Amino acid sequence: MIIQEPEHFEPTRNFVQNTGRHVLAMLRGSGRAMLMLLEAMRDIPHGLSSKHRHDILLQQYVSGVKSLGVLTVVALFTGMILALQTGIELRRFAQEVYIGSAVTLVMLREMGPFMTGMIIAASVGSSFAAQIGTMVVSEEVSALEVMSIKPVRYLVMPRLVALIIMMPLLTVYTNVIGVVGGAIVGQTQLGVSMPAYFDNATQYAQNKDLYVGLFKAVVFGILITTVSCYQGFSTTQGAVGVGRATRRTVVISFLVMLAVGYMITRLFYQ
Amino acid sequence: MIRFEKVTKWLGGSLVLDEVDMEIRQHETFCIVGASGAGKSVSLKHMVRLLTPDSGRIFVGDDCVNEARGKDLDRVRNRFGVLFQGAALLQWLNVGDNVGLPLRMKTDKPDEDIDRLVKEKLEMVDLVETFSKTPYELSGGMRKRVGLARAIIEDPEIILYDEPTSGLDPVTSRTIDRLISRLKTDLGVTSVVVTHDLHSALAIGTRIAMLHDGKIVETATPKEFIKSDNEIVKGFLEAQYITTEAEWKRDPSP
Repeated sequence: MIIQEPEHFEPTRNFVQNTGRHVLAMLRGSGRAMLMLLEAMRDIPHGLSSKHRHDILLQQYVSGVKSLGVLTVVALFTGMILALQTGIELRRFAQEVYIGSAVTLVMLREMGPFMTGMIIAASVGSSFAAQIGTMVVSEEVSALEVMSIKPVRYLVMPRLVALIIMMPLLTVYTNVIGVVGGAIVGQTQLGVSMPAYFDNATQYAQNKDLYVGLFKAVVFGILITTVSCYQGFSTTQGAVGVGRATRRTVVISFLVMLAVGYMITRLFYQ
Repeated sequence: MIRFEKVTKWLGGSLVLDEVDMEIRQHETFCIVGASGAGKSVSLKHMVRLLTPDSGRIFVGDDCVNEARGKDLDRVRNRFGVLFQGAALLQWLNVGDNVGLPLRMKTDKPDEDIDRLVKEKLEMVDLVETFSKTPYELSGGMRKRVGLARAIIEDPEIILYDEPTSGLDPVTSRTIDRLISRLKTDLGVTSVVVTHDLHSALAIGTRIAMLHDGKIVETATPKEFIKSDNEIVKGFLEAQYITTEAEWKRDPSP
């Protein structure tokens, strides 16, 4: 059963007991979320069947196409801010032409996947949690279970596949828009021509930077789906619970993405 | 058909079912009545293992539900159709897709066959014209009837009704009652109805069981039930303005 029965504990007597209980609950929740992820991954081959293809395409549309607007604005301004801040400092040493490589490397390695992950966690992840949470509260998930339709295969797997496919694509898009944003600032405010900016960018950026960024994007996609769907399935106490699940999804996704992003960077750039 | 053996369940620190023994016979309409929080819906959820007992066992035929896992559990669940309290329709699917969902997900039947079966079941609940509508466009009573059409799409042996008349006006409630009686006659199913609406239970029930504080305090036919000497039953009857002197009208033919 994906929906856990409500647990009841006697009131805690002291701080240590209370902390221990929270730590145990967190570990138990992490374990359950991992089991849910494994089940969803095991179900991915079923995604090839016509029964689930439509759901996957729908989720790709929702998570990908519908996020393009906000991603464009965020990526453009991220690139512009990066170019302006680094450009102002580099101009002191007459090295402003290097903003091309600075912006491109930062976007490819860190900001591209992380900004995309943040936007997707806040917009798509929270909607996953709210939708599944509402389904739990209104017994729709119980109805699926009674009909022997596996909720993880029906609800989690299409979202997981959609984000595994869409996150790298959206990250490439964010990278391109961010680099273009930097070029606009270079041209208009720092006196760096577009050809000089892009020459510098391509001179220092390596394939590895792109691949590591895309790897991060895939990992972030998996993390966002896992956190959001698990929070949705853990929803209790009606509308208040749905709100709590949504908030937790965004907060936990950000924290986990930061920690895992650091670990991946350390792994590839030590 | 369904047997509870000393089933005990604690939820949120409260004893909801206290060593409940209960037997539901084949082809009967068994109504479980009681006040809110008496454990009616909890007992229903145990039958399809949406909840598991802390102690005791539940049998559906020869299968012990609380020990069933994987395919065995699917096999037991496939014997049931469930109408949930709020109908539990998936909001992004239209009526036709909601009703046909189990067939689309679990069988390789072609779409035309599924659509034909869906229309057949919608016809049984008098809602064939809603095929393309979304759940948002339906009234509460219509949603419950669509939920019922989905519950019977796989021709179950047992239909579970969780508060089928809650939130409905008296006229719509009686329509649902007649529908439950008609499906029992037409499909030959065993029905288990959880309700706090005694009018409904007396009208459609073959037997009525009253749950109070986690225990079954009375199991009787409707005629015996309204004459019960049990003080809790008496209080429950009086609270719904039903007295032994009242001329009780049994459900009219479907």
